[in-house]
Amino acid sequence: MSDANLIIDAREVVKRFGGLTAVNHMNFTMEKGRIYSIIGPNGAGKTTFFNTISGLYKPEEGTIVYEGRPIQGMAPEKITALHVARTFQNIRLFGGMTVVENILVGAYTRLKQNAVQAVLRTRAFVEQEKKAEKRAEELMEYVGLRGVGNELASSLPYGGQRRVEIARALASEPKLLLLDEPTAGMNPSESEDAMHLFRRLRDELGITILLIEHDMKVVMSISERISVMDYGEKIAEGVPAEIARNPRVIEAYLGRGAAGGEGAGAAAMEVAR
Amino acid sequence: MKTKLRERMRELAAFCNKGAVPYWLTGGLITLGFILVYISPRSIPAFLLFVGGASLSYFLDMKKPAKLAFAVLVAIVLVPVLGARNIFYLEVIFQIAVFSALALGLNIVVGFSGLLNFGYMAFYAVGAYLWAFFGSQQPFLLHEIPGTAPQGTPFFLAPDWFYLFIFLGIIVAAIVGLILGLPVLRVRGDYLAVITLAFGEIVRQLLNNLDKPLNLTNGPQGITPIQRPTLTPEVVAFFNRIFEPLVGRPVTPNQFYNILFYLIALFVVILVIVITFRLDDSKIGRAWTAIREDELAAGAMGIPANKLKLGAFAVGASFAGAMGVLFAASRTFVSPESFTFLASVNVLTMVILGGIGSISGVIVGAVVVTILNLQVLQSISLWLAALRQSDAFIPIINFHWKDLSNQLDPSKYQRLVFGIILVLMMIYRPAGILPAARRKRELKVHAKDPEVEVAEPASPAGDREGKNV
Repeated sequence: MSDANLIIDAREVVKRFGGLTAVNHMNFTMEKGRIYSIIGPNGAGKTTFFNTISGLYKPEEGTIVYEGRPIQGMAPEKITALHVARTFQNIRLFGGMTVVENILVGAYTRLKQNAVQAVLRTRAFVEQEKKAEKRAEELMEYVGLRGVGNELASSLPYGGQRRVEIARALASEPKLLLLDEPTAGMNPSESEDAMHLFRRLRDELGITILLIEHDMKVVMSISERISVMDYGEKIAEGVPAEIARNPRVIEAYLGRGAAGGEGAGAAAMEVAR
Repeated sequence: MKTKLRERMRELAAFCNKGAVPYWLTGGLITLGFILVYISPRSIPAFLLFVGGASLSYFLDMKKPAKLAFAVLVAIVLVPVLGARNIFYLEVIFQIAVFSALALGLNIVVGFSGLLNFGYMAFYAVGAYLWAFFGSQQPFLLHEIPGTAPQGTPFFLAPDWFYLFIFLGIIVAAIVGLILGLPVLRVRGDYLAVITLAFGEIVRQLLNNLDKPLNLTNGPQGITPIQRPTLTPEVVAFFNRIFEPLVGRPVTPNQFYNILFYLIALFVVILVIVITFRLDDSKIGRAWTAIREDELAAGAMGIPANKLKLGAFAVGASFAGAMGVLFAASRTFVSPESFTFLASVNVLTMVILGGIGSISGVIVGAVVVTILNLQVLQSISLWLAALRQSDAFIPIINFHWKDLSNQLDPSKYQRLVFGIILVLMMIYRPAGILPAARRKRELKVHAKDPEVEVAEPASPAGDREGKNV
């Protein structure tokens, strides 16, 4: 693994909330163009680690290098400008805005326009708005939303809202996409579609994807590498098959003792979730 | 019963929008209103009919040029003529214009960006006192006791600096808005409301007390006289040559000032409307709304929330600043009395009553509140006063009007009437008279994806109440 090939290189990241150490000396590296997952029991610090990457939290210690540039403690909007996008565990759409507007908000950092141009309606401004609108429509099409552009985002069904969130993230033209439990609340066929979409994002658009996921079926089938967190620390890392056999992982999920049985594996983890 | 009524209303609306009906309807109402006001300049119902007819053109289904033509006819020709006949109406419409601009400015802060602001009048005061200070003798009275201007003190600036000061008012108020914005970045919601409330009071108290050690504001007495822009006799004569036959008598220069200020206010308000519309429909406006909806998600989408909040405060303040300069010149007098907390609440009422976040709604709010304030309640007061003077009485209960207590004067319980209206509105129409609606874009793909539509709205509550971010 040469350093130039790394999109994320996080070293010794520590994030504390008062007396609680949510992320404890976490080391994590990720190569470009891959699909990685972070899994772990509830409260393991997965989302907190995510938030230190996307800038919502400032880590107390450690460095996070994105494409050779340290980004720890940077404001979230600056990190987004560097082509890092994310979705949220509990969907956070702008419910009072239409679907298209949500996606246009996602394109905020890519639109080069200012207040004066907006007030004067310069030709460049109008053209750019039209282009952005067209692009938003393409993105809607891409994630499988058609004809709902003028609906309020909050009026869409759950699966539709997840898609809008992904389209909104894509509008910021990400190189790295952070998805926080993207299939939570989906039925099996919906998560199947979602997985298909994630693969296309990587294969067709070349976007590196980092997932937090509880659905072991999704995790095991899509991830090229999995990191497991427990109590804020990384307890295991490897390809899916290794992780499924790892006794520490099984212990984290099922408790001490359960790891003893041979072949607990993926089936046991399936039960755990 | 209720549905039947609603059905009837829908039928009526459909009829009004059919073919040439809207043109005749608007034209007829405006003409009728105009004639009625022209004949009896003091009649309130006639004036309301005129205003109603004029505003109807906005809601009916008509071609854009026709709407524009109606608007221009009303604003440039009819209103000045009626105003010249009864200067009071010009005052009403002037105030509507001023408060529309204020409400639009506040709407950017409260409606678009969702930042509660209880001290908005402070920016208005900044604009007003800016011209009040430089457009009066005040700079030469810095060491005088308030109210003791020596005879023959000259004015500091020539009157026509007024026009430049409208722009200066914009800039200075925007800067003050930025200054207020700085603490605002640190707090949210209720705390923000308290800070802005305090800010409004601080500005008013400063105006009240800055007569010592240097007499900057003349204290509670206020500054007067303030200069108005010059008006040459030629302009008045020119106006009279065209409009004297229409008005029925020559217009004095003093009355013409009212028309002039009305036209300037109209110009500013149109500018404000255009700016607001265009900002709203750009990435800035979308970012404001996104911040209002979910600030954290907005940040994650790359929106620098602090910068945009400051921007909202500055833009909102600048509208008030421009109108403040206009206000000072048109009154030739300012005092801290005009910029109380209640005045700020008044503007906030317009925004909420009209439709928070809705541009046309906010203007309607300004119209309704101003007319209610200046006209309807006052005219009921006058009417009751007239009754009290007469010998009239209500026969059956044998109630003599002259026994009517002064306490029942409607102008005395204006705020009560307001309160009741607001309470009723918030219960039955919480989004305002004309609620904000998201703009529908013309999208190419109209066929609905069956997959999305069929997807059951399964939204397990547990999943959405995520404990983490």
